Amino acid sequence: MHIPDGFLSNVINLTTAGISGGVMALALKKAGREISDKEVPLVGVTAAFIFAAQMINFPVVAGTSGHFLGAALASILLGPWLCFIIMALVLVLQCLGFADGGLTALGSNIVNMGLIGGMGSYLIFRIFQSFFSSSPKGFLLASAIASWFSVVLASLACALELGLSGTSPFSLVIPSMVGFHALIGTGEALITTSILSAVLTVRSDLIRTWRTDKPLTVRL
Amino acid sequence: MGKYTQKRVVLWGFVLALIIAVFLSPWASSWPDGLERVAENLGFIKKTEQAGVTLWERSPLPDYAIPGLANKGWSTALAGLLGTVVIFGLGWGIARLLKRK
Repeated sequence: MHIPDGFLSNVINLTTAGISGGVMALALKKAGREISDKEVPLVGVTAAFIFAAQMINFPVVAGTSGHFLGAALASILLGPWLCFIIMALVLVLQCLGFADGGLTALGSNIVNMGLIGGMGSYLIFRIFQSFFSSSPKGFLLASAIASWFSVVLASLACALELGLSGTSPFSLVIPSMVGFHALIGTGEALITTSILSAVLTVRSDLIRTWRTDKPLTVRL
Repeated sequence: MGKYTQKRVVLWGFVLALIIAVFLSPWASSWPDGLERVAENLGFIKKTEQAGVTLWERSPLPDYAIPGLANKGWSTALAGLLGTVVIFGLGWGIARLLKRK
């Protein structure tokens, strides 16, 4: 759901650019404080996987495709702040290097996929994780739900921006965007849980949210 | 602690990313994605043409293709390879800078 140039109004473009810049400053501060030595290469490999996997569009219904987002994967693996940095990096490279997503819409794309998709899915993951058992099954189920929501919430944010920009009426654009992305979200859940269950098997200690005692806190 | 060293996990993750970018990307669906589909259905897809700023002439590899490379599959694969290597280095580098602070 990379928004191209021309879809959004200047007000929306500038607002979301401001928000993403502000959150980036905060994320760099927060992530710098909490990142461990072993996580340094993980940031690179997570970003590389997300970039590569985002290239693979898979069909969802006849004539429509979707692709992996990765925000839930990154936030569950590395926490919401590193997730935001990773998603923003990927989006900037896609925009400047590959003309995927507009330059004027970059702020909105970062807000939708990095902030809403990442932070939103992290909170949802933590909520469900606290309800489910601390077994791998409970962990993966919470991950599946969170990753479905990451795509749906990001698409909702995108629909709201399109509506606020006057590009399309809310009553049409919200159900269309959310409808297609509810389907794409099932692919997201499948990919995210596959990767997480593989990491869980080989090195569960590399997953930051696996069996930690501090649920539900995003300290600002 | 698991059976694999961290180095191995990172290496295999990176290899997986490269395989996806190089060997799967040429076979990705070319159908419009969710947003493009909605933009077509609701009739605002044309707004991209009215955009003042366009990156298409300026970005080095527009639409994940190597300009001048006729074979579309190789072009996508090579663009994917380049992007994956660059983002791997960028991510690692920024994380290292963060850690050092």
